[in-house]
Amino acid sequence: MTEDEFTAYHDLADETGDHRWAFGTGFTDPLEGIDTSVPDGVSGPALAAYCLMLGDDALIYSHRLQQWMTRLPELEEETAVANIALDLLGQARMLLARAGRAEGADRGEDQLAFFRTERDFRNVRLAEHPDADFAQLAGRLLIFSTWRLALLRELSGSRDPVLAAIATKGAKELAYHRDYAAQWVIRLGDGTDLSHARMQAALEAIWPLVDELFRADAVGGDLPGVAADPAGLRAEFDSVLAAVLAAATLDLPDTPPLALVSGKSGRDGVHTEALGYVLAELQSVARADPEATW
Amino acid sequence: MVTGMAADVPAARQIAEAVADPELPMLTLADLGILRDVTSENGHIVVTITPTYSGCPALHEIARELEYRLTQAGFGATVRTQIAPAWTSDWITPEGRRKLHAAGIAPPRPAAAGAALPRGPVPLNLTMAPRDPVACPHCGSPDTAATAAFGATACKALLRCRTCHEPFEYVKEF
Repeated sequence: MTEDEFTAYHDLADETGDHRWAFGTGFTDPLEGIDTSVPDGVSGPALAAYCLMLGDDALIYSHRLQQWMTRLPELEEETAVANIALDLLGQARMLLARAGRAEGADRGEDQLAFFRTERDFRNVRLAEHPDADFAQLAGRLLIFSTWRLALLRELSGSRDPVLAAIATKGAKELAYHRDYAAQWVIRLGDGTDLSHARMQAALEAIWPLVDELFRADAVGGDLPGVAADPAGLRAEFDSVLAAVLAAATLDLPDTPPLALVSGKSGRDGVHTEALGYVLAELQSVARADPEATW
Repeated sequence: MVTGMAADVPAARQIAEAVADPELPMLTLADLGILRDVTSENGHIVVTITPTYSGCPALHEIARELEYRLTQAGFGATVRTQIAPAWTSDWITPEGRRKLHAAGIAPPRPAAAGAALPRGPVPLNLTMAPRDPVACPHCGSPDTAATAAFGATACKALLRCRTCHEPFEYVKEF
């Protein structure tokens, strides 16, 4: 590329009035102009660690859904899964930005998303699980969105007003995600013998990752009134799953939970092998050119 | 607080209100209900907008468009984002609903919970059928069926009319 061509691209990537090179470029901090001071009596580092956990769940899950693009059975499912991935990416951006501000170390959303290593990611292992087929996509999304909806609804009353606002907005989105997943689980479960068997097998394959969602994490205890008690979300989760599985003529799986590693799991930075592959893809562009702007 | 030269806030508001939404270009920001406030700080215009959905890629585009239009009109302008209270489709104005309908897009019905989140578990929707019929924007028939829960943008779903057989989009209650 000649010097002139390079300059032309450089100008296009810059913020110059309305001369942008593509729709959706020139990103700014998603919490720009919002008061992100940490409330009195709340630990900034603990709040940052908590928002990072919830942001990582959304970021990694969103990437897993994005990997389905161009591979889904119908155009309608492409737009649905893309929209769900986009909602989760939006939640991830706000939560990572909130973590960066609360931490006080001047790490922005990109720094947190693209320049941390596997052991620094705090997502639950369910988020990184690869969907082996469409039944796993539907079943995993039902489990994830049912849990996350209950969690974000609880956090809509958080003492941190920024986290409360992000959660309130996200909960409205999660209600649509959960409905989408529930409808597919019912169609497949209450469908043909083959679709029923595959939907049941999908739930059994994912079920070992469920218990971890309700385990106490290392930071929630330091955030009274700010964080949600994971165990307290189980009752709503169980009642929603029971209603959907009954409508789908499916059995509640009883596969045992995936073992912890020395008592640790995703929330402690101990992941399954799958996360490394997700990060290699997710972070490759930013790491190849750390000075790039988009 | 130092007060500088007073900016013409009503004029700035008129410009901001008239900016078109990039994804629903038949609607202005005022029609869509995402314009929160237009104020003056030390002679500088501050426009506050709110996202419809968390990941809405149009928000950044809207902010740049607002800055461009206001700067062209001689204002110094800053755009801020506000996320609470969360946007609800109930904020789409009657004029906005009329324009959506005229463009062949069914406007949202009243959101179940309005702007506030209900306490207690969110009811589960176990069928593809909307809870009450969305009328076809082409022929007015209430005999319509959902074909996809998500459309070309996060805020829309796809439906089909069983009377005139036309497919159409509708803005979801949110």
